[in-house]
Amino acid sequence: MTVELTFREYQDGLEQGKLLGLYCGECGAVTVPPQAVCSECGSRKLKIGEVEKKGIIKTFTVIRIAAEGMTPPFIIAMVETYSGAWVMGNIIDMDADSADMDLMGKEVIIDSRQVKGDVYSYGDIHSIVFKLV
Amino acid sequence: MREVAILGAEMTKFGIYDKTNVELFSEAGLGAIEKSNIEPDKIEALFFGNCMGDFEEGQLHMASFAHSAIGLKKSAPALRFESACATATVAIRNAALLVGAGVYDIVLAGGSERANAMGTPLATRTFAMASHALYETPLGITFPGVFGMATHMYSEKYNIPLDELKRHMAEVAVKNHFHGVNNPKAHLRKEITVEKVLSGMMVADPLQLLDCCPFSDGSAAVVIADAKTAKDLIKKPVYIAGMGQAASGPLYYQKDITRVKSREISIKKAYKEAGITPSDIDVCELHDCFTIAEIFALEGFGFYEFGKGYDAATKGETRFGGKVVVNPSGGLKSKGHPIGATGAAQVTEIAEQLREESGPRQVEGAKIGLVDTLGGDFGTVCNIILRR
Repeated sequence: MTVELTFREYQDGLEQGKLLGLYCGECGAVTVPPQAVCSECGSRKLKIGEVEKKGIIKTFTVIRIAAEGMTPPFIIAMVETYSGAWVMGNIIDMDADSADMDLMGKEVIIDSRQVKGDVYSYGDIHSIVFKLV
Repeated sequence: MREVAILGAEMTKFGIYDKTNVELFSEAGLGAIEKSNIEPDKIEALFFGNCMGDFEEGQLHMASFAHSAIGLKKSAPALRFESACATATVAIRNAALLVGAGVYDIVLAGGSERANAMGTPLATRTFAMASHALYETPLGITFPGVFGMATHMYSEKYNIPLDELKRHMAEVAVKNHFHGVNNPKAHLRKEITVEKVLSGMMVADPLQLLDCCPFSDGSAAVVIADAKTAKDLIKKPVYIAGMGQAASGPLYYQKDITRVKSREISIKKAYKEAGITPSDIDVCELHDCFTIAEIFALEGFGFYEFGKGYDAATKGETRFGGKVVVNPSGGLKSKGHPIGATGAAQVTEIAEQLREESGPRQVEGAKIGLVDTLGGDFGTVCNIILRR
């Protein structure tokens, strides 16, 4: 058993402007980000495919007391993509202080940016960002 | 499986210490051993919880040093457990499973933590390591952030205006501090008001400072034995009636984070094993790392329907004299939250309650008590039901 879509390949996808997911041959769910089995049913019958880079904000927070190495305030959100998979990322095109419950249900475009890793991390990686439509 | 009991249980005061993790554990561990009327050489294995000793003191493999420091015999293995904030409960559950299976007759389980040694920025960074390090942590997520997102989702899902929800959440903090005043071992032993909670510094929207438990240092430990050994050693063993534990992965796969699936599975198993229903619980120590977390737990236990538990503290139903006394120790919010020790302190509180040794915070006639500990961003929940 080899992993169908590795972290590195998913990262390369983001760098090329693609959100890669795994389409389940059993239940049809889409797994993003990738892992060895379907995130919904556990099946290993998975096929790599692109996921539409759009979705709806399901919740958010504004981080005001941040971990070492981060500069607050900044917004984190959970977004349901139209494929059904949820992704987490930063909302980057608005002032954090103006974030409120009006964000719930708003449509966003999904993109990525490079984030510098610190000494305890995997290293520099591409992480998800959201822009309001 | 054999019936399993808690013998001696002991915790240090929670707070801020310059004593080392091993010194704190020595106080709790030897205290639990003394209360069990045994000597350390009777302990057959150590189940030791610690999350961040490497960051706090540059110490990995702390279990072996804790073992040596309290004079356990070399033939007793020392194991280190790490399940984020649920660490010590998981250590106790695994200890109880092995005693139940007959592998050991008498063991010591608990944990120690000194988050304050790291200072807030590094402590916040290391706590965030319990979120997914590739897909959550790089966004800058913190634990208040996770529960902040869950709060917004709850408000939206059940159509409760955020301002109204926040007042009810503040009542959870007020209630737990009210309880904690009667606990000489509590970290923050003072009463607070709703107004004070609502005027606090914003930590992660919509959670303010007093919605959050503190970073605490401290240790707790319990001796666990089969029921026969326990009855021979002490007057009031407390029995493990049921246990559960479940895992649920990263936030983005959990999706609706107002429903803690790991808890729903864990508590169902614990109730079944104990042969009880939610209404049989007299007293409960649950995982109130944030005010909203207590509300989620009340609903997860089946004490309230989902979406209906938010005003339990406001209505006085979880206070002394209420339907079920929730967090008589002050909970994580007032008693404090040294994450590697928290679960063992919860078990200590429930064991003392069931032995009627809780003094001014005694829940009268308590016969069945519930321990609930949550680890990571809802990734682990472990439950232990105790009875007289």
